[in-house]
Amino acid sequence: MRYLEAGKRHSVQFTLNGRAVEGEAEPRLLLSDFLRQHLGAFGTHVGCEHGSCGACTVRVDGKAVRSCLSYAVQMEGRAVDTVEGLASAEGLNALQAALQKHHGLQCGFCTPGILMSLSQLHEEEPAADEARIRDVLSGHICRCTGYHGIVQAALEVFGKS
Amino acid sequence: MKPPAFEYLAPASLDEAVAALAGQDAKILAGGQSLVPMLNFRLLAPPLLVDITRIPGLDYIEDWDGGLRIGALTRHYTLETSPLVKARFPVLHAAMAHVAHLAIRNRGTIGGSLCHGDPAAELPGLALLLDAHLKTTKRTIPVAEFYQGALATALGEDEILTEIMLPALPTGTGWGFEEFARRAGDFALTAVGVTVGAEARIVVIGAHETPMRLPAAEALFTDRADIAAVAEAARDEVTPNSDLHASADYRRHLVEVLTRRALTAAWERAA
Ligand SMILES: Cc1cc2nc3c(=O)[nH]c(=O)nc-3n(C[C@H](O)[C@H](O)[C@H](O)COP(=O)(O)OP(=O)(O)OC[C@H]3O[C@@H](n4cnc5c(N)ncnc54)[C@H](O)[C@@H]3O)c2cc1C
Ligand code: FES
Ligand code: FES
Repeated sequence: MRYLEAGKRHSVQFTLNGRAVEGEAEPRLLLSDFLRQHLGAFGTHVGCEHGSCGACTVRVDGKAVRSCLSYAVQMEGRAVDTVEGLASAEGLNALQAALQKHHGLQCGFCTPGILMSLSQLHEEEPAADEARIRDVLSGHICRCTGYHGIVQAALEVFGKS
Repeated sequence: MKPPAFEYLAPASLDEAVAALAGQDAKILAGGQSLVPMLNFRLLAPPLLVDITRIPGLDYIEDWDGGLRIGALTRHYTLETSPLVKARFPVLHAAMAHVAHLAIRNRGTIGGSLCHGDPAAELPGLALLLDAHLKTTKRTIPVAEFYQGALATALGEDEILTEIMLPALPTGTGWGFEEFARRAGDFALTAVGVTVGAEARIVVIGAHETPMRLPAAEALFTDRADIAAVAEAARDEVTPNSDLHASADYRRHLVEVLTRRALTAAWERAA
């Protein structure tokens, strides 16, 4: 049984974008804050801190998850993926490139979260149709684009355009 | 906002978890999709969180005499995408599409939703519609005795919900689920779930402190019932409150419209 005292920092280890990372976190430290403030992974954005906006979405063991609704200490032994892990030496991945091409972002605040949700969808439900894509996007608030470009980008990557 | 400080315990078994909860001012942490926002808002400040997600063997969907036994830690996403759920309880499958969003569904658990008991949440209403038996570390509670008010259940402080048992529906049962919410994935302003077979069951979500069956409207629904009259009876049977999301009158109106649509769909689906 793992017991962690309140108000003290405890060691946490997990893999971040395939690389082992380690840090120290109080039990109450949110994963979003751990990523940004302790690991310097600023790609994950923080909007509402109560699960509504979607900006902080990362993937944990492959599943899109709100990092503002998880504690860093819960990540012990898990695989966490963030937007920083999407591009490779060759450049942007297909979803990122499609967002760029279709003007699926303006300020980019919502983009990392959207990419993480769409990545899960693409891997697990590659046959997703427009309704399903829109359903997934409904969990992400974008104040800039009006969503049209985001939907177009996703449709292209899912082979539906 | 940031949560207040708490001790964190991740037991490896139900026994350890029950022992850890006994006599403590503790909160069980499952998917965290209701609890963590409440902590972030500082609506709660439990000194201890008992994280049950590392306890093995509580995440499953299994046959139960044509019905299903569902482990309390089964995630919403698993329910939503389970072929067994879709085949046996299509009304539950349909309702899951209204529960929050992908990232919340990936994390939120059926047990957490049932124990949280939000009056506008889909799963407590579906449990009532499907006559669930709720197995805990102490006993089995019929869902009709589980809810005592908004966010209030019959569970003791050191009692953990472990399994949701859904008895098989008679073959040929028709079903309908209709929800109205302002935005996709929001909690329901009002939702209505129905099953239609030898008897009709009508459950309303979001109109009272707990999900509620409507026995008077159910009794009106006979073989050749006038669905519009049943829907009016449903409207007259609810006594919702007004709040900042909707007036009582508007909610009553929604109950009528949604009941009519749900019964119509159920009638068409019934064999
Ligand atoms: C943005 C957003 C939108 C949402 N929209 C909806 C929606 O439209 N419809 C909907 O139904 N829900 C919605 N939810 C809530 C979501 O469904 C939660 O997942 C669910 O209510 C709680 O499940 P959980 O596993 O996350 O529980 P937690 O948050 O971990 O726990 C909730 C409560 O239940 C208790 N508990 C948990 N598991 C057990 C157990 N096994 N035994 C005893 N007690 C237990 C906890 O102590 C706590 O009090 C939304 C959440 C968010 C953040
Ligand atoms: S910051 Fe996590 S959902 Fe808004
Ligand atoms: S691009 Fe600005 S919020 Fe979406």
